[in-house]
Parts: sequence; C-alpha cells; structure tokens
Amino acid sequence: MWAALEILSQANFWAATIRIATPLIFGVLGALLCERAGVLNLGIEGIFVAGAMSGWLAVYLGLPLWGGVLVAALVGALFGLIHGVLTVPLGLSQHVTGIGVTLLATSIAYFGYRVAFPNVGTPPRIDAFPPLDLPLLRDVPFLGPILGQQTAFTLLAFACVIVLALVLARTPLGLALRAVGDNPEAVEAQGLSVVGLRIGAVMAGSALMALGGAFLTLSAFNAFYFGMINGRGWVCIALTVFASWRPGKALLGALLFGALDAYQLRLQTITGGAVPSQIFLMLPYLFSIAALVLLARRADYPRALMKPYFKGQR
Amino acid sequence: MIRFVPRERTPVWLTLAVSVGAGLVALLLTAIPLALSGAPVLQAFWLMVEGAAGSGFAFAETLTRATPLIFTGLAVAVAFRAKLWNIGAEGQLYAGALATVALGAGMLELPPALLVPVVLVGAAVAGAALLLVPVFFKMRFGADEVVVTLLLNFVVLLFVQMMLEGPMKDEMALGWPQSAPVLDEATLPKLVPGLRLHGGLVLAVVCAIGLHVLITRTVWGFRIRAVGENARAARYAGLPVGKAMALVGLLSGGLAGLAGASEVAGLKGYLTADLSPGFGYAGIVVATLANLSPLGVIPAAVFIAAVFVGADSMSRAIGVSNYLADLVVALSLLCVMVGGLLIRFRIVRVRRETA
Amino acid sequence: MIALTAPDQPDRPPHETRPLVLSLSGITKRFGSLVANDAIDLDVRAGEIVALLGENGAGKTTLMSILFGHYVADEGTVHIADAAGQLAPLPGGSAEAALRAGIGMVHQHFALAENLTGFENIVLGTVPLWRLGFGKATARAKVARLMKETGLEADLGVPVGRLSVGEQQRIEILKALYRDVRVLILDEPTAVLTPQEADGLAETVKALSKKGLAVIFISHKLHEVLALCERVVVLRGGAKVADRPTAGADRATLAELMVGREIPPRERAPATLGAPVLRLAGVDVGAPGERDRLEGADLELRGGEIIGIAGVSGNGQGALAALVAGLKAPRNGSCEIVGHAATRADPSARIGAGVGRIPEDRHRDGTIGALSVAENYVLETLAASENQRHGLLRRSAIRARAAQAIRDYDIRCPGPEAPIRALSGGNMQKVVLARVLERAPRLILAHQPTRGLDIGATTDVHRRLLAARGRGAGILLISEDLDELFALSDRIAVIHAGHLSPAMDAAGLDTRTVGLMMAGHSAEEAA
Repeated sequence: MWAALEILSQANFWAATIRIATPLIFGVLGALLCERAGVLNLGIEGIFVAGAMSGWLAVYLGLPLWGGVLVAALVGALFGLIHGVLTVPLGLSQHVTGIGVTLLATSIAYFGYRVAFPNVGTPPRIDAFPPLDLPLLRDVPFLGPILGQQTAFTLLAFACVIVLALVLARTPLGLALRAVGDNPEAVEAQGLSVVGLRIGAVMAGSALMALGGAFLTLSAFNAFYFGMINGRGWVCIALTVFASWRPGKALLGALLFGALDAYQLRLQTITGGAVPSQIFLMLPYLFSIAALVLLARRADYPRALMKPYFKGQR
Repeated sequence: MIRFVPRERTPVWLTLAVSVGAGLVALLLTAIPLALSGAPVLQAFWLMVEGAAGSGFAFAETLTRATPLIFTGLAVAVAFRAKLWNIGAEGQLYAGALATVALGAGMLELPPALLVPVVLVGAAVAGAALLLVPVFFKMRFGADEVVVTLLLNFVVLLFVQMMLEGPMKDEMALGWPQSAPVLDEATLPKLVPGLRLHGGLVLAVVCAIGLHVLITRTVWGFRIRAVGENARAARYAGLPVGKAMALVGLLSGGLAGLAGASEVAGLKGYLTADLSPGFGYAGIVVATLANLSPLGVIPAAVFIAAVFVGADSMSRAIGVSNYLADLVVALSLLCVMVGGLLIRFRIVRVRRETA
Repeated sequence: MIALTAPDQPDRPPHETRPLVLSLSGITKRFGSLVANDAIDLDVRAGEIVALLGENGAGKTTLMSILFGHYVADEGTVHIADAAGQLAPLPGGSAEAALRAGIGMVHQHFALAENLTGFENIVLGTVPLWRLGFGKATARAKVARLMKETGLEADLGVPVGRLSVGEQQRIEILKALYRDVRVLILDEPTAVLTPQEADGLAETVKALSKKGLAVIFISHKLHEVLALCERVVVLRGGAKVADRPTAGADRATLAELMVGREIPPRERAPATLGAPVLRLAGVDVGAPGERDRLEGADLELRGGEIIGIAGVSGNGQGALAALVAGLKAPRNGSCEIVGHAATRADPSARIGAGVGRIPEDRHRDGTIGALSVAENYVLETLAASENQRHGLLRRSAIRARAAQAIRDYDIRCPGPEAPIRALSGGNMQKVVLARVLERAPRLILAHQPTRGLDIGATTDVHRRLLAARGRGAGILLISEDLDELFALSDRIAVIHAGHLSPAMDAAGLDTRTVGLMMAGHSAEEAA
C-alpha cells in the first residue's frame, strides 16, 4: 500500500506523466479545434499514425528534427483537407468519413513504411529530440529532474495550449470559429465563408493531431512501430468531451490521463505479476469510457457539431 | 457552380453502378502509390485478380475470407440503418470467438446437432451483450457510442490476450498464447472436401436473407427504419424507440459475434489474439459499399475479400507489401461515399453570373 | 397591434425626389420547373418603407435571398447606390458583397451564434480574421452610440442564447446598423413578437427611415403593412402583381391582390358541447428552471368545442402540447384525457385513448422524410391488425388504404410509395391530418396546424378541424396567429411565462386584450 502511494513522490513518475500526456495534448487540441468549428474528426487515429510515420521518415531521410515536425504537420493538414472537403461542402457523414480517413492514413503510412523498408528485422532509428538542458532549473530539486526529462517538443505542446486558448477567446478568427460551430448561418450572414472556416479548422486541427503522432517517433521514442498509436487517437476524442472543448481543460484532461497511465505502469511492477498486466492496460481505456459516459449529459456540445451546412438552404 | 438536387427515386442500376464504379476508382487510385513504390502496376493488378479468382481454389479462398466480412458487414449495416454508429464489430467479433472457445472447447459435451447451435447462440449473445453496453450508455446518458465502441475494441482485445495467457491457455501449444482447440462436435462442417470453405458461409447468406426480410417486411424492421431516419418523429408517433434500439444492438452485436464463431469453429479451430485482421473495421466498408442493404452486403464482402486475398497472393509473388489491400479498402470506402452523393442527389450545373 | 392609422410624414420630401438606393430589374429565379421569381422589378428610395407582401411561396424570401447573396438569379440585375449615391451593379451569390454594398438583413430565424455575446455577434466578420485584436474600445463606443440613437436596448454582455426573442431581434437589427447599411430587409419580423413588442419595433423602424434608411418589410399581415409602410409591393406566384402606395388601400383589396381571389368567410355552427375530453387541474409540466414549462394549469375542454391557446412561442405552449401528446408527464396536479388519468409520458397510450395529434413541426415530429407516404400514414397504427399479421406488414392493404387517403384528402404526390419528403408542406400536412382524423379522435391537439402553409392549404386545414368539431371532437388549438385563433376558437386562453389564463369566450374578446395578456398582463388589467 505504501509502495503504491510512494509512486506519487517519484520525479520519474511525473516526468512519465508529462511524456505520456504530450501526444494527447496535441490530439485533444486538434480534436477540439475541429469540433469547435462543427466537424467531428474521427480521422484522428490514422492521422496520428501518418504524423508519426511521416515525421520520422523525413528525419531519417536527412531533414532536421524540426523539419520532421513540419512535415508531419503538413501531412496531417493534407488528411484534414480530405476530411474537410468530404464532410463540409459535400456534407458526407462525419462518422463514416472519419473512419475512412483513419483507414486511409493508416494504410498509406504502413504501406509507405513497408515500401521504404521491405525487409528489416529491427526498426531503423534516428537521433530523437534530446532532453532539455535548462541551466537554472536543472538543480531545482524534484522539478529539475522532471523537466530535465522533457524535450523541446513538449514545450511546443504547452505553447499550443496557450496559443489556441488565446486565439479562440481573444481574436476575430476565434470568434468566427466559435460562431461557425454554433450557427453557421450567423457566420454566412456576416459575410464570412462557412466552408473556408470549417475546412481551415479541420486542416489546422489535423496538423495538431499529426504532431501528436510525430512526438511519439521524434521525442518519446526514436523509431516507428506498427500499432504504436493503439487507440491514442480515440482516447483524445473522449478527452475532448471531458475538456468541454476548452484548451485549458484539455491540458488538464491529458495530464490526468497521463498520470493514470504512468501510475498503472508502475503499479504493474509493484504487484509483480500477481495481477495480469492486461488489467492495468485496460484501465486507461475504461477511464476514458467512464469520463465520456459520466460527462455526456452535462457536456455542452457545440450546437452545430456534425450538422452539415448547405448555403441557401434554410 | 454545381448544385445538388435531391432525387425522389433512385434507379437500382445507379446504386449498383456507383458501388462498382467506386471499387474501380479505388483500384485506379491505388495505382499511384503502387507506381511510386516502383512495382509493375499492371502486373500487380493482374496478379491480384488471378490470386482472388484465377482458379476454383483461389475463389474458394476468397469466399472463405468473405464469410466473416458478410457477418460484420451485416452487423454494421443494421446498426447504421438505425443510426447506431457501431464501430465496435471488431470487439464483438472477439467476444463471440471467446464464447465459442468457452463453450465449444470441452466445457460442454453434446452431439454436434446440439453443440453447434449452442456455440453459435452463445457467440451471438456474447457479441450482443458487448454492444448493449454502449447502447445503454447512449440511451441513458447520451454518451456517443462511436467512441465507446471504439475503445471497447481495445478493452476486449486485452481481455482476450489475458484469457489466452491465463485461464484459456492451451498448455499443448508450446508457449504460444492460444486457446485449446474446439471439439469436433462444435466444428462447422466443411462445404467441399479439400477446401477451407465451411458452413459459416451458408449461415452468413441465410442471415443476410433473414435480415433483408426483417427490415423490409416486418413491423420491427419498419420500426428500426423509422427510428433510424427520424427518432424524434418515431417517438412522437408512439413507436418503442428504446426497444427498437435495443433490438438493433442485439442484432448488430449478435451478427458480429457470429463472425467470431464462424472463424473459430469453421476455419481456425482455436482462438488467437490475431484472429481478425480488422474484419470489424472492414465491415464498415462492406456495409457502406452495399449502401446498407443486407443483400448487397454479400457481393460487397466478396469484393473486399477478393482484394485481401488477391493482395496477399500478389505480395507473395512480387514482394509488394500486402498493406496495399488496406489502401484499396480505405479508398473504396471514401469513393463509395462520394459516389453515394450521386445516389441521393442529381448534380446540376448552375450558371454563375452577376445578378 | 400596430395602430391602424395612415402614415403621415409631412416633413418629408415627396417620394420621387428622394434618391434611388436599390433597383432590381427583371429578376428571374427557377428551381427546376418552379418559377420562384418571374421578371420582378423593384425600386427602393432612401428613407422609404416598402412592404413586400405575399403568401408563403409567393417568392418573397427567394427575392430577398437573391438580394442578400444566398441565391444567384437566373436572369436580371441588382443595382445598389454606393456611398456617393451612384448606382452600381451588385455581384450575385455573395453575402459579403451584399453587406459591403450596404444591404442588411434580419432573418425570420435569427442568424445569431448563441454561444457568443450580443457584442461578439455584432462585430463578427467586421474585423479581418487574421488581425490579433478587435479594436474593442472603438467598436463598443459605436454600438453604444447606435443603441442610444435608435433606442434599441439589449444586454450585450451575455451569450445571446440566454436572451429573450425580442432582445435577440434587437441585436440582429443593431448588427445590421453597425455595418452602416443603407437598405435594411426585415423578414417577417413581428412573427415572434407580442403585439406590443411589434408596436415598439414599428416605432424604431419609422425612426430609422426618417434618418434616410430604406427598409424592406416582408410580411403577410395586412394591418401591419397598412400601418407602417408607404408603399406596398405584392407578389403572387413568383410575379409582381401590384406596386402601389398604401394610402387609399384597404385590407380587402390587398388580400385579394395577394391571394388572387376573394377569400370566403369561414362558416361555423354553434357549438354542441359533449363530455369533457381534457381536464387539467393544477398541472405542472417541466422543471421550474426550464423556459418552456407549465405551472398550475387549469383547463376543461369538452367535446364539440375548440379552445384556442394564444401566446408568444416559448411561454409554455411546448410543455402543454408535450403533455397532451404524451411526450411529457405531469409533475404535479391531475390530468385527465378522454376519461383516463394521464400520469405517464406515453405517446402510444394517448393515441390509444383517442387523442389525435398534429405536431408543431411536421418535418421534425410529424413525418419521417425518408419513408413513403403510405408508411407515414400508418406510422401511429403499426400494431393494429389491419396493418400487420404475426409481425409481418400487410403491405398491399397499407398501400390501398394510403391510396384511399390520397384521394380523400386530395394529397398531391406521385403515389403512396413516394418518399414523403418529396411533398410540399401543405400536402405533407394533409398526410398528417389524414392520419389523425382516420381514427375519429375524441380530442385533437392542433399545434400551429397551418404554419408555413399557403392560404389554400390553410383553408382546407381549418375546414377539416371545424368538421371534426362538428362531429363532436374537442380541439385544443395552439397558435401564434391571432387571426386563426379568433376564426376557429369558441374560447381562448392565453399562456404567458408558464401560466395559463382561464379560457374566455372568444366572442367577447378583442385582439388588444389578448395581446396585453400575451405580454403578461392579467385579464383584469388588459380589459
């Protein structure tokens, strides 16, 4: 029992929490940006895969690390464009299109990887983002080791939280995005383009999602594996409801989830195999389901979410 | 400028043409990455066709692969008809497979005439139970069933792994995490000696016909359609919306569970954690290709199965990754959705000018 | 009510000398074979209030949608004056171009984002999207100045979803004025207001026009048009049939122009009262915090009479209708429907008890668009033996009965197998009526039964409701249209903020009293 509590005092645990949470921060931010504009993007799972694979491949082929980040974002935006075009002007089912985009992005990534590396046993590696070297913070007890294990990519995630929160709350663009997810007619009547805003939001949101994938191959690990995303994208969709579509709460939700995941990993070693490991591995998924179910009734969904809008059809 | 004008009626030939056309366009689009990978495109496609339908043996293999896809396609079709977005057929398939092993691998000793039905019913109940949980969450709490069913897929797979490494592990399997084999009395009969084709295919076709009759001819089918098209109006008219949704959940989950039973008791003989290479997700593609028509699910499943079998065969022959098959499947889904616009709308060109 | 006096603006220059701000010529718009607008010409001058009058489907909304860039005209041109007063062509198909040219539109269904504040809705789209800030201070100052000048008051600091309909409308008008519009289009602006609120709106519009704003006032309410506007343009069947000053016109002539024929007065026999079919005593519906709720309602409706419920929508009509339709259960009090205590929310039990329900929104609640006319016809009676046997649908019997209903009710449709969404609103409503009346209901809930229907279809619905009354059915008529309420009801009750007034004899009532009660005054105050 004491050992289970003692975990919380380990700097290692908190460092792992942030590391696990970082891709989810990107994912939830991306999902909430799409949904704030009225589009559910279930392509997230596949876009994670595509971002992970493309960002990593770009670095493997010689681009600098930040170049890989950029490539991943562009690839994500491209899949966002596909999802956006199919669901916004064409008004196709956002559920099924999203699943289609996930299948497409995943299969392209896997096929591309197999084409590039037809017969390798161990996955090729790159030099991933190095841990931060913060001259002043390094020696702060507890906090120093936690931050010292993070990379610049993590800082980017935190920066994205702040930027997205400010854009949504304070800028004309944020106003228009919030409006288009509530009542597209209001946006149209004020001379703005519903299609443009929504596709733009989906592209930007998808770019964020792809960064979540790229974090895994460029920072958390240094290689690309099949099945490495393993439902992280879907978890983000659940956490978006938990976050009530707010960037600040998205950060909170991702960290909470990260803490849970890091905790169960450590708990596994404590229990020493007395409890099957799969029980622990299920916990994060069950937690996501529970969060979704308990909050669904109270959730303040964007009013126009999943409702296609056609100009001149009132 | 283009405008979509809703159709009052859609000719049947158009529905067929769109599905076939979408499949062809998807194959064409696949040629791009295929060419980029440096493979001989035409030869690759030809090898795929030959591998899927070039011989009686190849076609039997395609039908064998189509069997679980018919089940999962039907599961998705009936759910989507009622706007129940069941993306969890994969998990329900595993639940059915687990029940098959639990009941059919020695727990019960019955003659085949009894054990086979018991195993099938058990698998259907397991799949249905797994889907009824998100259906309940949806009706009671308004929780989006998409995310819940998706996440349950991972939970179920972990549970299967746990069982295969623990209570259900076959000690004879030299450390491999796999279950004990199902008894001969629980095994579905082979259709043709020497081929892998099994009784699951017959059952799948019967299910498709049964579902077609249910949806078009019965009161409950009417209620399912009504609830799916406009749940508010259905409730206003006094239709039992909750019961109809529960029925859809039972049917959809049950059919997906049967896919698992059919794979275990008809084909593999035991359960492993890699039983399904994504049959549940492919079921979404099958159902969409079939325009959610139960009878249409059969040819759609055969097409998707042919893509998988053909791609495997081509991959063995010229070393192009068989992930190409997933690419074709994904593109088919997106193409048929775009094509679906042609089914629902007439596309009219409108002059755009200064008014 | 808007005061029925002729407009007098002696301090204004005569009509022709004021500069032209808007000129439409030869506007034609077709939807398939339907000609929605047929070569329409329309000139509007500065400071003028022009009424655009016509039935539903006459082409008013289409014409204004072309002006505002929602549709592109097939033929014809729109010219609008620029800041210097020079007429210039307006590019079609762009709301942005219309806004920039100085056209503002207040839609019947407000184009407001409910999660934004009033202020945010007003400035939405007026600042380039990529700018970092708003210039909030100047914007706020401008809005404050506009509110002061026009007297349009609204709370701009809270999400508009929490505001009343009247406040939302004022924000819509401010939104247009903020963009310095020269032409303001008001689409059925009084439909959602109490008569007194409508008066206030009329005053505002007059004040704005005095400042030189041109106003196009779309309506089908003749008295408003006569009271407020200087000139009236009448559309019928997509064509312009009249363009004349309101001075010298009266309601009868305008009505005839609008409909194209004389409107026969409705005939109704005196009521022969039967047993009570609906009895409410102290009934509460909905939680206390809800906007659309019912509190302590008492009502007795007997067979053979029509009770009309007047009120601005959202004051509890929804709760009352949901109670009678079986969608909601009473929280307190006793509710007796056709002799049975109704304690649970159970639509099928209401149907079984002999309640016929005409829902407010036939697309949302009344029909299932993708299903056929025949299937919609039997929607409420699926379990009955004439529709099924052992769970199997009797498809040919259903089709035959639907075909009979199509003949009896003169439903224009390709046939019983056609999807009902292909039908016009009036024909769709006839299917609902046929379904409701088929089982000779004892109690009929008619919630906005003629909303969105043209005069022909409206007359038909009224005739059939009166016939049902003649057969002894009790009818609860919930409507926002006072003309309809007075034409059909034996007694009228007013609903405001969840409170239902006693039902008063319609013969002794006038619209002014009802209007004051709709705004929350008691019957004594209003009388």
